Amino acid sequence: MARLDLRRKLSILADAAKYDASCASSGAQKRNSSNGKGVGSTEGMGICHAYTPDGRCVSLLKILLTNFCIFDCAYCINRSSSNVERARFDVDEVVDLTLAFYKRNYIEGLFLSSGIIRSSDYTMEQMVEVARRLREDHDFRGYIHLKLIPEADPKLIELAGLYADRLSANIELPRDEALGVLAPEKDARVIRKAMGQVRLRMEAAKPEKRDRIKPPRFAPGGQSTQLIVGADGAPDTEIMDRSASLYGGYGLRRVYYSAFSPIPDSSAILPVSRPPLMREHRLYQADWLMRFYGFSAPEIAEGSVGGMLDLDIDPKLAWALQKRASFPVDVNTGDRETLLRVPGLGVKAVDRIISVRRYRTLRLEDVGQLTRSIDKVRPWIVALDWTPGGLTDAVDLRARIAPHKRPEQLSLF
Amino acid sequence: MRTVQLAGETDFDGWRDAARRLRVEGVEPAHVRFVTGEGQGGLFGETPMPDATNARPFKVSKAFLGLAQDVILHRDGDRFDLLYRLLWRLQETPELLKITSDRDVRAALEKAKNVSRASHKMKAFVRFRQTGEGVDERWIAWFEPAHRVLEKTAPFFARRYANMNWSILTPEGTAHWDGTGLTFGPPARKEDAPDEDAVEDFWKTYYASTFNPSRLRTKAMQSEMPKRYWANLPEAELIAEMIAGATGRTDQMVNATAPEPNRRFEQVKAQSVDRTVTSDLVPQSLQALNAALAGCRRCPLWRDATQPVCGVGPKAAPLMIVGEQPGDHEDLSGQPFMGPAGQVLDEALQAAGIDRGAVYLTNAVKHFKHEVKERRRLHRTPSVSEIELCRWWLDYERAFVKPELVVAMGASAARSVLGHAVNVSDTRGQLMKGPEGSVLVTYHPAYILRHPDPRERVRAKAEFMADLARAGAWSGLGTGLGMPND
Repeated sequence: MARLDLRRKLSILADAAKYDASCASSGAQKRNSSNGKGVGSTEGMGICHAYTPDGRCVSLLKILLTNFCIFDCAYCINRSSSNVERARFDVDEVVDLTLAFYKRNYIEGLFLSSGIIRSSDYTMEQMVEVARRLREDHDFRGYIHLKLIPEADPKLIELAGLYADRLSANIELPRDEALGVLAPEKDARVIRKAMGQVRLRMEAAKPEKRDRIKPPRFAPGGQSTQLIVGADGAPDTEIMDRSASLYGGYGLRRVYYSAFSPIPDSSAILPVSRPPLMREHRLYQADWLMRFYGFSAPEIAEGSVGGMLDLDIDPKLAWALQKRASFPVDVNTGDRETLLRVPGLGVKAVDRIISVRRYRTLRLEDVGQLTRSIDKVRPWIVALDWTPGGLTDAVDLRARIAPHKRPEQLSLF
Repeated sequence: MRTVQLAGETDFDGWRDAARRLRVEGVEPAHVRFVTGEGQGGLFGETPMPDATNARPFKVSKAFLGLAQDVILHRDGDRFDLLYRLLWRLQETPELLKITSDRDVRAALEKAKNVSRASHKMKAFVRFRQTGEGVDERWIAWFEPAHRVLEKTAPFFARRYANMNWSILTPEGTAHWDGTGLTFGPPARKEDAPDEDAVEDFWKTYYASTFNPSRLRTKAMQSEMPKRYWANLPEAELIAEMIAGATGRTDQMVNATAPEPNRRFEQVKAQSVDRTVTSDLVPQSLQALNAALAGCRRCPLWRDATQPVCGVGPKAAPLMIVGEQPGDHEDLSGQPFMGPAGQVLDEALQAAGIDRGAVYLTNAVKHFKHEVKERRRLHRTPSVSEIELCRWWLDYERAFVKPELVVAMGASAARSVLGHAVNVSDTRGQLMKGPEGSVLVTYHPAYILRHPDPRERVRAKAEFMADLARAGAWSGLGTGLGMPND
């Protein structure tokens, strides 16, 4: 086989990695290069260095070590039966590219994944070696996200966590049965076990106050996973249940939802259409409600129809329309938990309301200063000079707040 | 009208000095105008500035100073006046900054937010180009910040690129780092920076390849990467072409007919996972039983569990201890009795002189039943039907191990072992002889941990310890120490 030039390889292996939605470069412990020999810093907040026209950020050099793969997952561009062009980086090529990009301030660090070649252990070893060389040979202090090959030896997962800021293993499909059909070589049970190992290891690495010698850090940026939306028949409620179970079980920082996207050379057993972006968006909103607004998956499901989230309105509004008896809420007396459930009020707005009302009794205009759109909030709240009267229970409330526009799934461009 | 001439656009000290004197003198905001640049009148306008030495000093909060330092970096012309107005109003309303619904406060916070965003975008969008090699190696960037955030942001680059010699050039000033210290210099021109870099082509290749044409959302891109920055981003020159080709590329993928599978496929494929459902498998050995648990679908608990937790211990252990079900920790590690309840058990075993390794430990239900609340998994008691369904496995475990004595900890275990419900408080501590060996019922360690009444916890624990001491004696495993004289 002719040797590919490095730019061609980069093109193939970036293209092969882009269907993984994870991009975060946050959550690592604070560090910088001022007392070191190399480059790099992480200061808590991630940085997006560029955005591509798909609206996604470019924070990390997200590439595969190789897109050769012995697994045949129908939804994946790199599955063994695909005719896509294959390439493979040397360990040092990845190291050099990462450093060259980092020094020019293109990226926050490296996101390294890989197709599975030879064996899971061999593949994981190669990935760990990239991270080791960056950290030990080059004293690289930027961000490293390593994909776990769940089938790999637990010792390799252990090593990966020592070098990486974040680890992830993708569940991909919410139902184990679907994985059996679409990804015959993948085993959800093995993935869950690997995530379980990572959680136990992270907890063991959390120093106790009395510890004199701090345990070595282990994936301080936590772990994440991804679910593909729209490749199997799983409804939204099932996806949310799976997410809740994953957040609870493995202390995940994030569950990413990736609308199934058409890929070149796609498998005959999957529907090829434009990705369900609005559905993906609603799932992210629902996920947000679970993580920051105190909603449970079954509560969000109350606003869904036939297991699917409403595409026209956000899931909090959909829930509130079903729960009108809980409204209106008085912004001057309601507790934080209750205010967080008001459609149109975000976490920041609620915190501002609670802070300001210590000094001032809020009028509708004040609330307007603290939120983006007072019109969305108005039917659900009481303020000093405002009560919604019958508006909260109006039959046409939904139509008033969200004028009917059919967001055609296929025309969201 | 007082006009205050400041030394520069970011002259915070000048503004603070003047503002302090004006406020002491009692000059109302409506009568003050702050200006920068040439030809705007005298240093302090027509009227000389009051002398601050004999005036009573006053204090403002650190929060205000921090806010003011950020707001001053904003490009809006009215920022100094706004800050003086806030300073003035703080006399009467010391908590003013907390009232974020106030228009002046909102305006200042908004400006500070824009400045902070400009600083963040500078961290993101500066692009260094390399010149020279070895000792002559330098990294130079030309950048046009949205607000005057060069000095505020330069220390970030010093921390990140501590071991590189770099310069950031802007139309309003320059920042330089030589590995030891940060210095600031006069404005520069774009031509002062290198106009190419060998790695930029790789970067553009990466940028183009990481783009998914089926997800075109240009507005989302522009709101995060505003066009004002594009001129200095090498990758931005590709955007138009990427957008133009996106729809065609997507249509091509959507309309393509499924291709023939890669012919190398059969040679390189990995083995499929064994997904045999083993719910009704009759195991021939403990080993086979443990393997079969992975495919058990007798009840739905497997779905949200990490793994079944098999029993552990010697094949012919004289003592079998049965708990209810694995907990959070056990579910992750795959080992029974690892969490807090396991520690209580260990304590009792040790007190009774029983070697844990000599006991066969298992649970009535093999998968962790739980509900998720606030992102934590909370134990839920298994239902009668779940216990009954899982008895299939426990019965085989008992048949293979044939222990002298089975200790059932808690109601779920007792139900599974005895085949019917019992009241634990009434039956505990009694040796019950049956056709499949003797059974001793006791409390579950979790009961001892979770009971709300501390006296009951102490009492139950003492009884639990005594029961295990008995079990040790009866099974011949314990030393008999700690055994009550009954």
